[in-house]
Amino acid sequence: MPAEKVFVPPDYQRPTESPPEVAAIPFRQRSAVTEPVWVRTILIVVAVGFVGLFLLLPLVFVFVQAFSMGFGEYFEQLSEPYAQSAIRLTLLVTAIAVPANLVFGIAASWAIAKFEFKGKAFLITLIDLPFSVSPVIAGLVYVLLFGAQGYFGPWLEANDIQIIFAVPGIVLATIFVTFPFVARELIPLMQEQGTGDEEAALSLGASGFKTFLFVTLPNVKWALLYGVLLCNARAMGEFGAVSVLSGRIQGFTNTMPLQIEAASKEFSRTAEVAAFSMASLLALLALVTLILKTFLEWRYADRLSSSAQAH
Amino acid sequence: MARTLTQSRFRKPSVIPGFGLTFGFAVTYLSLIVLIPIAALILKSASVGWDEFWRIATDGRTLAALRTSFGLSLIAALVNMFFGLILAWVLTRYRFPGRRLIDAMVDLPFALPTAVAGIALGSLYAVNGWIGGFFDFRITYTAIGITIALIFVGLPFVVRTVQPVLEDLDKELEEAAATLGAGRWKTIFRVILPPLLPAVLTGFALAYARAVGEYGSVVFVSQGIPYRNEIAPQLIVIKLEESASYGPAAVIATVMLALAFLLLLCINLLQAWGRRRFGSAG
Amino acid sequence: MEIRIANVRKEFGRFPALHDVSLNIRSGELIALLGPSGSGKTTLLRLIAGLEHTTVGKIYFGDEDASQKSIQDRNVGFVFQHYALFKHLTIADNIGFGLRVRPRATRPSRKEIRRRASELLDLVQLPGLDRRLPRQLSGGQRQRVALARALAIEPRVLLLDEPFGALDAQVRRDLRRWLRELHDKTGHTTVFVTHDQEEALELADRVVVMSQGRIEQVGGADDIYDAPASPFVFSFIGESSSLPILVRDGEAFFEDERVSLPVRDCEAGPSRLFIRPHDIDVVADGGGTFSGNVTMVRRNGGGRRVELAIGSGGHRVEIEVPAEVAPAIGSTISIRPRRWRVYADAAPTGPVTTAAAMKAAEPSRAVAAE
Repeated sequence: MPAEKVFVPPDYQRPTESPPEVAAIPFRQRSAVTEPVWVRTILIVVAVGFVGLFLLLPLVFVFVQAFSMGFGEYFEQLSEPYAQSAIRLTLLVTAIAVPANLVFGIAASWAIAKFEFKGKAFLITLIDLPFSVSPVIAGLVYVLLFGAQGYFGPWLEANDIQIIFAVPGIVLATIFVTFPFVARELIPLMQEQGTGDEEAALSLGASGFKTFLFVTLPNVKWALLYGVLLCNARAMGEFGAVSVLSGRIQGFTNTMPLQIEAASKEFSRTAEVAAFSMASLLALLALVTLILKTFLEWRYADRLSSSAQAH
Repeated sequence: MARTLTQSRFRKPSVIPGFGLTFGFAVTYLSLIVLIPIAALILKSASVGWDEFWRIATDGRTLAALRTSFGLSLIAALVNMFFGLILAWVLTRYRFPGRRLIDAMVDLPFALPTAVAGIALGSLYAVNGWIGGFFDFRITYTAIGITIALIFVGLPFVVRTVQPVLEDLDKELEEAAATLGAGRWKTIFRVILPPLLPAVLTGFALAYARAVGEYGSVVFVSQGIPYRNEIAPQLIVIKLEESASYGPAAVIATVMLALAFLLLLCINLLQAWGRRRFGSAG
Repeated sequence: MEIRIANVRKEFGRFPALHDVSLNIRSGELIALLGPSGSGKTTLLRLIAGLEHTTVGKIYFGDEDASQKSIQDRNVGFVFQHYALFKHLTIADNIGFGLRVRPRATRPSRKEIRRRASELLDLVQLPGLDRRLPRQLSGGQRQRVALARALAIEPRVLLLDEPFGALDAQVRRDLRRWLRELHDKTGHTTVFVTHDQEEALELADRVVVMSQGRIEQVGGADDIYDAPASPFVFSFIGESSSLPILVRDGEAFFEDERVSLPVRDCEAGPSRLFIRPHDIDVVADGGGTFSGNVTMVRRNGGGRRVELAIGSGGHRVEIEVPAEVAPAIGSTISIRPRRWRVYADAAPTGPVTTAAAMKAAEPSRAVAAE
């Protein structure tokens, strides 16, 4: 048995971690699975140009116009009574619509995700329904119910209750158009998580409500926040449905988006600044929403549902 | 209540409490906010009588408005399909400075109120606007302006349906095609695009449905000239304002709703087909 | 097709995946690249295929420098670990893909492509499945389809990445035998990657053992098993134990005690002695080379495994004894290696005589076992 003299690497027993054998570096030279540099460049330029032209430019433009007569005029216009009243009304409507849909979203997702029952798929379709209904139609349906010639119109008039062209109508329309946001973020995530955690908590003696509060809610809180965020943005910015129902009485039933339209119809420099300064507030809201959304997706990607469709 | 439901054949038994409460609340709320109002709409449009319904639905102005809405939305959705595919591709496949920013920006139409988009686009593309000034033809107050607004509101759909599918696509498939002798273009058209098809079509249908119903941003770029560039939601608002009875508005709305449902049905069928054929859809 | 890999180096970013690898693959040979994960075996396979490009060095197909050719022109059949079948195409279309994407001038007719596909399906023993979709097949069937697809382009070389990795044990054994028969029938030069030594030794004409981006040894099953070229190969192939020893003046020392082990041909200095469990005899009267305390006994199929702690360092050595022998835990057993190998430690250089210095040179695993 001849013995050998061989170089022994000091740590031959432990190979290092697996190398990035299929490194996903796109600018790898002459790779078999990417395009020539010129194709990539053109595609990137087209994509960036498209986003820049259609998305970035309008956003920047809103702020440029809002401040086109200086900061003084900007704040002047925002502190006009009509503007103030529109902001207050929008905040009020949102403060009612979002919690209402939040409660619905939680209830619906609990029933749908934690139980098996017949017609579940149909129920989910119905929840998504408001997304495929034009906002104008959303407004119209309430006019048909509560308007002067509507089904409940005479009764409402007799009892002196005002829904159409008043705050309740605006709230109803807003709830309608933002109806699915929370539910559709929660349902897929809660379905994915199953019922194991809840069953464990119940077997340990927790009550149903405590189980929800301490087990279910922490599991879905980021998706919940995400849904509320989108719901909030849409609630504050809804135009079509609200415009049908509000009657557009400045200082009384005009929300922020309606006030933008009202101001844009007056052809003066100050009215233009008024319109764009109001728009800039909503644009700021959109930016904050996007930043929070991006942050949530980046930080809690695994705890948010993957369905980023139809908002 | 919950006890009796537990025994029924309607749902499988479970130890988890709260079904009766949450299900009951959800269904009641859904009925009050969505189902009953929509039922009222259909009831109202039916109450005008079949002849009157047909007369309003096939009225020249109604048809023109529907044609404008569905036609321009189709163009906008096609534009979004094309650019959305490129955007999704670029965002998933390439790394370049500003990629994350672009990725985040894609969702802007979901977050930015349509009135804000409308007023900005309207001014940008006006004859004396930043962009409109470059063209010697009108953009605002024309079909082009409306289409641009519709492109804006539908932009994220194709990107967001295609992106996850593209991310999950196994790189080995492309390598396999390459080892079998397929050039890059053949690989893209024969190996990458077919599995993306259901997601692309789903995104297209969603963008289309969204554009058809859009109202807020369009009113800022177009006043809606009857028979020319009036969209269906605009016509509904006008009919509501000019007629004491709600009949005509309800009829047009019902027709729109029916067409929108048809679209929704298509989306669901597409997704089901995609899942059957490719194992997953967008 | 003969393949020559000449001084190939591959880096991913700054990470070296292969250092100066050279290998000649003979025409018609079935060769296995064997190694743990991270050894560079898959990288080498992908380099041959053209899925990656060498940082330094060349790969020749025959006399032709394949490094200059694009992957599409290399004409290699590559079978991916997870098969990479095109989900939206039928089995027949999957197999015919390579023919269908050819330029018009060299593309066979549709009918011809169909005929070839069904011919190949017969070859891989899946006749009649042309119309199915990949997800309607079992794992083993998909594997064969992937192989048929690779064969359809009449490749100059067939490359398989962990071909049986995703299959369960029984299917794996069947497919292995089947692949060998197929290879003998078609005669393709075939390279496959595996981390399963049994698979490599049983299936391949020659096995290339790789570790940390280097080729440790190339040879047939007997060479690799009976004459491992390095401590890595010895410990990677089959079971083994090792003990630190010192070679001085043609004699071996273990923990400063002289042991009766003929090491005249070995280089002097701190070394490691490698032995396999079944190459160790138990010596009844205490006259063995080493003795140790029994720390564990377990039944292992036809025999019994005994684990010993040897010397004051408590070095772990496993031996195999007949099932009738059942030593008590804590009892002392004396052993004598029947076959063994000694590999000199690399560092430190220079005369080392003290036990303390020897200990310092020990690989970490032995220390951890104490």
